Amino acid sequence: MNVRRLAAVAVIALTALGFGRAAAGGFAGLGDEAAGFAEVVPGKPLSFPADHGAHPGYRIEWWYVTANLKDASGARYGVQWTLFRQALSPGAEKEGWANQQVWMGHAALTSAGSHRFAETLARGGIGQAGVVAEPFKAWIDDWSFASVDAAGRGTLESASLSAKGVGFSYALTLTSPQAPVLQGDHGYSRKSERGQASYYYSQPFFKVAGTLTLDGRAIAVTGQAWMDREWSSQPLAKDQKGWDWFSLHLPGGEKLMLFQLRGEAGGSYRAGSWIGADGAVNSLASADIVLTPGPSRTVAGRSLPVTWKVEVKSRGLSIETVPLNAESWMGTVFPYWEGPVRFTGSHAGDGYLEMTGY
Amino acid sequence: MAPDRAFWIFATLLSHWRRHPLNFATLVIGLAVATALWSGVQALNQQARTSYDRAAQVFGDAGAASIVSAKGTSVAQEHYVALRRAGWKVSPVIEGSVRIGGVSYRLVGVEPLTVPKGSAVAGLATGGDLEAFLKAPGQTLVATETLRELGAAGGSRPVTEGKQALPPLVVTEAVAPGILVMDIGAAQVILGKPQQLTRLIGGQGEMPDEASLVAIGGDALKLEQPEERGDLARLTDSFHLNLTAFGLLAFIVGLFIVHASIGLAFEQRLGTLRTMRAVGVPLRLLMLVLVGEVVLLALLAGAIGMVCGYVIAAALLPDVAASLSGLYGAHVGGHLALQGRWWASGLGMASAGALAASAVSLLKVYRLPILAVAKPLAWREAQHAQLRRQGVLAAMCLVIGAIAFLWGRGLVAGFVVIAGVLLGAALLLPLLLAVVLRLGERRASGALAQWFWADTRLQLSGLSLALMALLLALAANVGVGTMVEGFRKTFTGWLDERLNSELYFDAAGAQEGGEIAEWLGRDPRVTAVLPVWKAETRIGGWPVDVYGTRDHATYRDHFTLLSHTADAWDRVRDGEGALISEQLARRMDIGLGSPLALPTADGVWELPVVGLYPDYGNPKGQVRVNVDHLVRHWADARRTSYSVRVAPSDAGALMTAMQSHFDGKIARIVDQASLKQISTQIFERTFAVTGALNTLTLIVSGIALFASLLTLSDLRLAQLAPVWALGVTRRKLMDLEIGKLLVLAAITAVLAVPLGLVLAWCLVAIVNVQAFGWRLPFHVFPTQWGLIVALALATAFLASIVPVVRLGRTAPQDLLKVFANER
Amino acid sequence: MTLIDRTHRAGGSPQASAPLLRVSDVRKSYATPQGPIPVLKGVDLTLAAGESLALLGESGSGKSTLLHLIGGLDDADSGEIMLDGVRVTGQPDAERAALRRERIGIVFQQFNLVPSLTVAGNIAFQARIAGRFDAAWQEELMERLGLAALRHRYPEQLSGGQQQRVSIGRALAIRPRLLIADEPTGNLDEATGDEVMGLALDLIARTGCGFLMVTHSTRLARRLDRQVTLASGVLAGA
Repeated sequence: MNVRRLAAVAVIALTALGFGRAAAGGFAGLGDEAAGFAEVVPGKPLSFPADHGAHPGYRIEWWYVTANLKDASGARYGVQWTLFRQALSPGAEKEGWANQQVWMGHAALTSAGSHRFAETLARGGIGQAGVVAEPFKAWIDDWSFASVDAAGRGTLESASLSAKGVGFSYALTLTSPQAPVLQGDHGYSRKSERGQASYYYSQPFFKVAGTLTLDGRAIAVTGQAWMDREWSSQPLAKDQKGWDWFSLHLPGGEKLMLFQLRGEAGGSYRAGSWIGADGAVNSLASADIVLTPGPSRTVAGRSLPVTWKVEVKSRGLSIETVPLNAESWMGTVFPYWEGPVRFTGSHAGDGYLEMTGY
Repeated sequence: MAPDRAFWIFATLLSHWRRHPLNFATLVIGLAVATALWSGVQALNQQARTSYDRAAQVFGDAGAASIVSAKGTSVAQEHYVALRRAGWKVSPVIEGSVRIGGVSYRLVGVEPLTVPKGSAVAGLATGGDLEAFLKAPGQTLVATETLRELGAAGGSRPVTEGKQALPPLVVTEAVAPGILVMDIGAAQVILGKPQQLTRLIGGQGEMPDEASLVAIGGDALKLEQPEERGDLARLTDSFHLNLTAFGLLAFIVGLFIVHASIGLAFEQRLGTLRTMRAVGVPLRLLMLVLVGEVVLLALLAGAIGMVCGYVIAAALLPDVAASLSGLYGAHVGGHLALQGRWWASGLGMASAGALAASAVSLLKVYRLPILAVAKPLAWREAQHAQLRRQGVLAAMCLVIGAIAFLWGRGLVAGFVVIAGVLLGAALLLPLLLAVVLRLGERRASGALAQWFWADTRLQLSGLSLALMALLLALAANVGVGTMVEGFRKTFTGWLDERLNSELYFDAAGAQEGGEIAEWLGRDPRVTAVLPVWKAETRIGGWPVDVYGTRDHATYRDHFTLLSHTADAWDRVRDGEGALISEQLARRMDIGLGSPLALPTADGVWELPVVGLYPDYGNPKGQVRVNVDHLVRHWADARRTSYSVRVAPSDAGALMTAMQSHFDGKIARIVDQASLKQISTQIFERTFAVTGALNTLTLIVSGIALFASLLTLSDLRLAQLAPVWALGVTRRKLMDLEIGKLLVLAAITAVLAVPLGLVLAWCLVAIVNVQAFGWRLPFHVFPTQWGLIVALALATAFLASIVPVVRLGRTAPQDLLKVFANER
Repeated sequence: MTLIDRTHRAGGSPQASAPLLRVSDVRKSYATPQGPIPVLKGVDLTLAAGESLALLGESGSGKSTLLHLIGGLDDADSGEIMLDGVRVTGQPDAERAALRRERIGIVFQQFNLVPSLTVAGNIAFQARIAGRFDAAWQEELMERLGLAALRHRYPEQLSGGQQQRVSIGRALAIRPRLLIADEPTGNLDEATGDEVMGLALDLIARTGCGFLMVTHSTRLARRLDRQVTLASGVLAGA
């Protein structure tokens, strides 16, 4: 999936920090050369828990969690927790302020009537933000995503997730006995026809319980969450300007991930995975996927489609997605739309949608 | 038709100036110099304020609180991380100074990812390259002025005296002059303070409360409110007010010229205006065109004045910048950057001033009957009426001044007193001159002598405005001269008494201080090592430094006290009394014997005031107590400063020995002579500014006198012709003309001296006390007065030369014409 | 006098047409510290277009005052003055100014030229602010007044007679309906006065305007169509 996250990471040192190089090559500089950084190659096996940790030799990386939640009355909520890492320069990690890593966190809490988000930035090397693999812990400031494995193994079978911003906070427990799902070719995920790629795995089977706080009101919630992990050094082709990405919880425990990278000339690169309830992954070919945007709506001064018609021909899937809150705009330094959606049609359920480059 | 009509009226009015270029010149010069001095001062003020703003904006909101070490040391970096991990959105800052090529610069290390939005440092990203700022070798952000001062090019890496290369220099307007901004990591290395921070500033969120600080840092951290850092703008306000007052004085003196030349131009055009009305120019249109003419002339002359003002400001800026830096530690950019607001306000002042100066003339035109046969009052009657009016006005001004003196409070009241006295005296001047001249007339024997006095009195009406301007300028000269000289005398005397130790040093830390003191104690040359330890507190919200000293003859014999109890030094020694600075006494309204409540780290320490001492130039309050009692109440007092008594001849050698022996353990060491020199230099430069403005004001009043004489010289012909016809040679007439003006100038100068002394008294006893909190002893410098009188005579002589030479060149037939063509 | 005769013929019969100027029962007094002094005590007067009238009277008789009221330079206390069908009395400043500008030419005893304007500029001044500047007429006036060679001179460079010719030129440049003159030759010697008068009457005849002149010289007064004398605030004889 998630070229989106790539862009957001690049933003740390680029758009976020004020140099509008977005147009120079690919979105937000994502098309830049990756000289000196580790390369993404097919056939490299991923191993856990080591690969839950950071890969500082690669330029960009993220830990990305989205959750679809419900309270006792049935009201729906969406939660986003993201930690991005970017290395400003290649080479061995340096100590203290000289450390070349820059970290960025995004958190959001969406309900039908509100969308709250927060953003924070940190330098590596001083302990303000970081990720360790064993026992797993990812943090920036007071936000954290950490193993709370009762057996003390430090795995991701049970983890706590927390963040807070102005007017909102959340503290959730995520559990799943299932192993992570490797996307693409055993974790090697291509991002264009010309070979741009990333390492990419997911944990779409998290069950969630915990508490949201919205404007001082505590709300007990349950639901399901989806974690994406991805790292790379140069994932976008230079002519790719934005993307639309779906992570959907299908009935019967099946999961669907779809994305399209919108090319400059109108041609789009589409890909996806159909994940069985047992974790078995089936990659979807570009031609198998049809994504039709609904009418455009003005959000935060930009025109973008918040409803979509999604079809996967080989699976007989034809659904319509509707946002829980059409105003799910992330007004961060690199702004984008991300929020929970519901879908109906041949299949019904909920999931998350992200749209960038509008 | 009306625009066309207005055009022809306007063209006709303007044609007057072509025929009277001198009149035009005096008007333009008057307006231009008035505007020049005013706008020059405003440019300086604006420049300074912009610099303060820029300095404050390095961290965004200057009024924000910050977290500092409770012990006055540095903040540990781990506390920063702990606060962030607890969710507090603070941003780390390290500050220090580095010396490069003998000049000290303020080094500020910031962390651009967490710095508050809207701060200059956050804003640098929009103009600069943040990736380059963060990535080795990073960047040093400096103002253009700093780059120039460093004598370095952009991209170069100057090396500090500590042998550290700065990250490559990058120029940005967001940084104030004198400041080097770089990434916090680079700054820690250059300052040699790894893992250490100076303060944590508020980011986007709330600042932590006391409980959170204790939970994270124990007693290591404290929240510092913004005013504790001293508000530069507030401290420097009085300095700028003084400058503004001077600018205003010069502006008013300039307006005297404008008033005289506009008045003359209107007077000469009354016939034309009447004719215009007679042939059908409507009154309203005429008034409109006249106002338009004044505004147009004001804009023209104002623009010239603004350019001159810029030149004046540029010339004075180095001294102003040095004063502000020395007095308040405020860095002011060395390159004048003028804003649109400055132009608008300058031209606005010029227009408003010109309209004010022409108001009487305009009113006269408005009321001008088309037909009124000119029925000029006999000049004596006219003069009497005018003198009566002026007398009433003068009385009003003096009463307002007196009211402000008796009941007014604050600096503004002080200036009202001065304005009232000055204006009142100026308005009274013609009356006094008339009295003196009448006395002269009465005593005169001989026809020519009598004519001399009577004719001088006749000229009084025409010259009185110029003489009033001269009086103001001379009085300002006496007043400011007296104050400056008085200050210099008092200040140098005070420095001699205050700086009586031969060496002063700051140790790198308390422990090092103790070590050095012990070492010095073993040196036979050293007669005493006196600690000057310090704690900081606030009394009534005002920052106060509390100094702890040891009982020693150095103080008992030399330390100047304004007033004290008999046993003051004994009581200070025993910790039973405190000496307080004059500023503190005035501000808190306390005196000898009053209890002083000193807020300390562990509660309030109350002790009586046993003495008051002068502390010239210090914007903060000061208290002196016994050093042992100081550390008893402030465990964290700064124990690093000492003064050393040693034979003056040994001072140099001892200083060298200390430096080689302790090197890094001494943060700063200075001998008495250098310290005195630094201190006096600061004040010299402050008064250099005042002196320059003073001289310019005098020049302006000279121009005023010249302008008045010039405009009067035409009318003089009619008055001189009969005397010439009676057989007085032109040469004799010329001598008499110059003599008359010298008499008037001399009387004015003599009157200016007492007025100047009153002004000086107001400055030292009212304005200084209100502005700075200390009062100067009032000294009188009679030699200055002689100089002033000579200056006045010289000014009058120079001003009279051209008109008199013109008189001398007047052909006899022109003198005859006076009879043929009686006005 | 042939000139006067010609004027008569050009103007036709003054009594036949509606009067150019009608002054009815005009009164005016001046305030003094000793109380108001009445100057005009009910003056009636008419003047036909093209007709010239001399207003005689002793110093202080109020003849200048009457002239100023007719010229709209001052306002009467009561009574009415009509010029060319327009009321002169009781009008605000702007109205009276327009009247002076566009219909009345005024010649003063002291010439009242603008010292900073040249001869040409002075002559053109009133015409220009009245929006009636006519270059050909201006040229003709200067020619006839003998000022063509002096056009670039300033008033102070002119003799009294020349200055008065300039002021006549200025007054006539607007082709006024009425020309009023207050002792126009009072500051000139007799010969110069006669010469200026001759030029003026000639031009007045050409423009066909009414002419009202205050003078104390009966010799001069006789060169005009009619003569009236102001005495004790009322007009006597004609």
